[in-house]
Amino acid sequence: MTGMFKSRSLLLGLVLTLVFAGGALVSLVWVPYDILGVDIANKMKGPSGAHPLGTDNLGRDMLSMLMVGARTSIAVAIVAVVIGMGLGVPLGLAAAAKRGSWVDEVIMRGNDLIFAFPSLLIAILITAVFGASALNAIIAIGIFNIPVFARVTRGAALTLWEREYVLAARVAGKGAARISVEHILPNVTNLLIVQGTIQFSLGILAEAGLSYVGLGAQPPVPSWGRMLADSQTFITLAPHLVLFPGMAILLTVLGLNLMGDGLRDLLDPRLRRARG
Amino acid sequence: MSFIRFGAATAVAMALAAMTTGAALAKTDVTLALQLEPPHLDPTSAAAGAIDSVLYANVFEGLTRFASDGSIIPGLAQSWEISEDGKTYTFHLAEGVTFHDGTTMDAEDVKFSLDRARAEDSANAQKALFAAIESVEVVDPQTVKVTLSAPTGNFLFNMAWGDAVIVAPESIEGIKQTPIGTGAFKFTNWVQGDSITLDKNADYWGTPAKLDKVTFKFISDPTAAFAAVMAEDVDIFAGFPAPENLPQFEADPRFQVLKGNTEGETILAMNNKQAPFDNPTVRSAVAHAIDRQAIIDGAMFGLGTPIGTHFAPHNPDYLDLTALSNYDPEKSKALLAEAGFADGFKTTLKLPPPSYARRGGEIIAAQLRAVGIDAEISNLEWAQWLENVFKGKDYGMTIVSHTEPFDIGIYARPDYYFQYDNPQFQADFAELEKTSDPAKRTELIHKLETTIAEDHVNAYLFELGFATIAKKGLKGLWKDAPTQASDMTAVYWDE
Repeated sequence: MTGMFKSRSLLLGLVLTLVFAGGALVSLVWVPYDILGVDIANKMKGPSGAHPLGTDNLGRDMLSMLMVGARTSIAVAIVAVVIGMGLGVPLGLAAAAKRGSWVDEVIMRGNDLIFAFPSLLIAILITAVFGASALNAIIAIGIFNIPVFARVTRGAALTLWEREYVLAARVAGKGAARISVEHILPNVTNLLIVQGTIQFSLGILAEAGLSYVGLGAQPPVPSWGRMLADSQTFITLAPHLVLFPGMAILLTVLGLNLMGDGLRDLLDPRLRRARG
Repeated sequence: MSFIRFGAATAVAMALAAMTTGAALAKTDVTLALQLEPPHLDPTSAAAGAIDSVLYANVFEGLTRFASDGSIIPGLAQSWEISEDGKTYTFHLAEGVTFHDGTTMDAEDVKFSLDRARAEDSANAQKALFAAIESVEVVDPQTVKVTLSAPTGNFLFNMAWGDAVIVAPESIEGIKQTPIGTGAFKFTNWVQGDSITLDKNADYWGTPAKLDKVTFKFISDPTAAFAAVMAEDVDIFAGFPAPENLPQFEADPRFQVLKGNTEGETILAMNNKQAPFDNPTVRSAVAHAIDRQAIIDGAMFGLGTPIGTHFAPHNPDYLDLTALSNYDPEKSKALLAEAGFADGFKTTLKLPPPSYARRGGEIIAAQLRAVGIDAEISNLEWAQWLENVFKGKDYGMTIVSHTEPFDIGIYARPDYYFQYDNPQFQADFAELEKTSDPAKRTELIHKLETTIAEDHVNAYLFELGFATIAKKGLKGLWKDAPTQASDMTAVYWDE
């Protein structure tokens, strides 16, 4: 535990992440103002006691909007990571177990195929075909997480398959599936946690990008990307309308990346060996 | 000493030289930015107003035309006589008019243009303008006689539309790419996705244009529009898309800001054939739930005039009927309860891209939520909006601005997208079309305005304002937008 806090970047990342995750969690039960309440008389007010982060162009409280926006971003990113892990990890394990066979080929070439497409373009395609909504944004981002997890899992698992304890398990008569679950999976978990953190931050960025171009969560559900897009023309009139959602995206992604790096230092067995 | 005197003399001479060359180099070209690029360049075969925004009055002219205040003035027809029964119009055409390709414009071209527009297979977007025409006769090269099947009070107004401009049979083939008209400017070049260039027509039959060259640039993104004007990349932005930025331009000594009216009635349209909007009480409840001023302030930053019916407030025949749908949430709730929706209902609100719709939609959704109506917003691109809402009629509510002048007739078309079907209104409108007596017309128009306001066909929000930002020193620009046009024929630099 003490080792964990030796890493300053991990600590900073954790704090930033907790601030935004906390804001999102609190918004489930309480927000300072109703985000659906439009109050034109109080539009574009700067930060004040009543509105710590000011109000937007329709007079809605910016702090409340950002808190609920955090919920949108985090929810989309988490589910997208779960989709990626849920499908990518089993595929990666299967490819490693059947390494060199046609199963491996099909899975990994399928991965290459998804990797080869520009991700934002496919996301736009998906949302254009099925309509713009938070759910479709999740699916679009999630699909691109699958090959990432499949690759990481397969790469790590391949070296593990050469280990003596796996040989021992095979000699004892365990099947490939059972070895994958009982011996391989526990030993790649650390790597997956690190990769998950990074994909999570990329997911938040992707969600902001999609909603910036109008393909993410639809109004009135707030989303950081759309807050940015909506307030662009106000940048000279009320800079806080652009500044706060922009900072929210920046700090959250920074926090998650720092945390990801810190966790990698702490958990990745390859780096641990290099240090030790 | 002599050195200093020499220096002073040189300075004076240089200043003088600068002044004279300055005058000689007075600018004669203008770059004008618009938000939308035309899909093609034939105003007589598409509904897209963007075509008229570039070509109307500049390249193409009709028999009559709109002046900057919306009145009808002579165009290619210098004068006309109307027969006693109001059915025969004899137009006397201007002398010596040629098209930009050198062919002459005479009565044959007028006959060709009108016959083409009203033909069975015509692609004209406003065929109703020509519906009353029974025949077009060439009397002599400068005289055309148009016979109508019934007196049409609005006929001269109809002939002023961009859809009724005179085209030539010789150049009709390539009109979508190379428009050939009779105007003070001729089309030179179109770089698709970027700009259209017009050059002065040296052989113009009327008052020649003061500018030598006009470049139309197309900038759809409001942020980019703001940057382009600020950086002086464009001299004029007609129809500036971000009203919130206007105070900054007004405070800047480099620019002048013209705030005018349009013919754009911005409405919250309701699908009159879809439950629950088939119930007038529900529509009335929606109308009373809406605070117009909050929408004008919040979405348009004050640029707009509240309206209570589908009619332009600057028109002398306008009736202020806003009191019939005043903001009264309590009354709205009572009306909902009366209609059997005490707990409100759920519907869709489909929004096209302009900011009046997107921002106005969020404000309206909040106002409707306050009386219990849950309007689920979906943002559509124009193509989707035309497909789903305008053609497919698959919507509960939508917000759109109707920018055609005098377009109350759309309420007489039951197949129009809001699907209002009232035989009484249709009869009254048919009556109006036959009437040319001004007093009788006013009376009928008032009746039409009142009928749709009392029926709460749609919720009438505001008349769209029109903001033009231009460099100081530019004169002769239109302030209002009585039709979609950027008339550059009288514009000049006065510096």
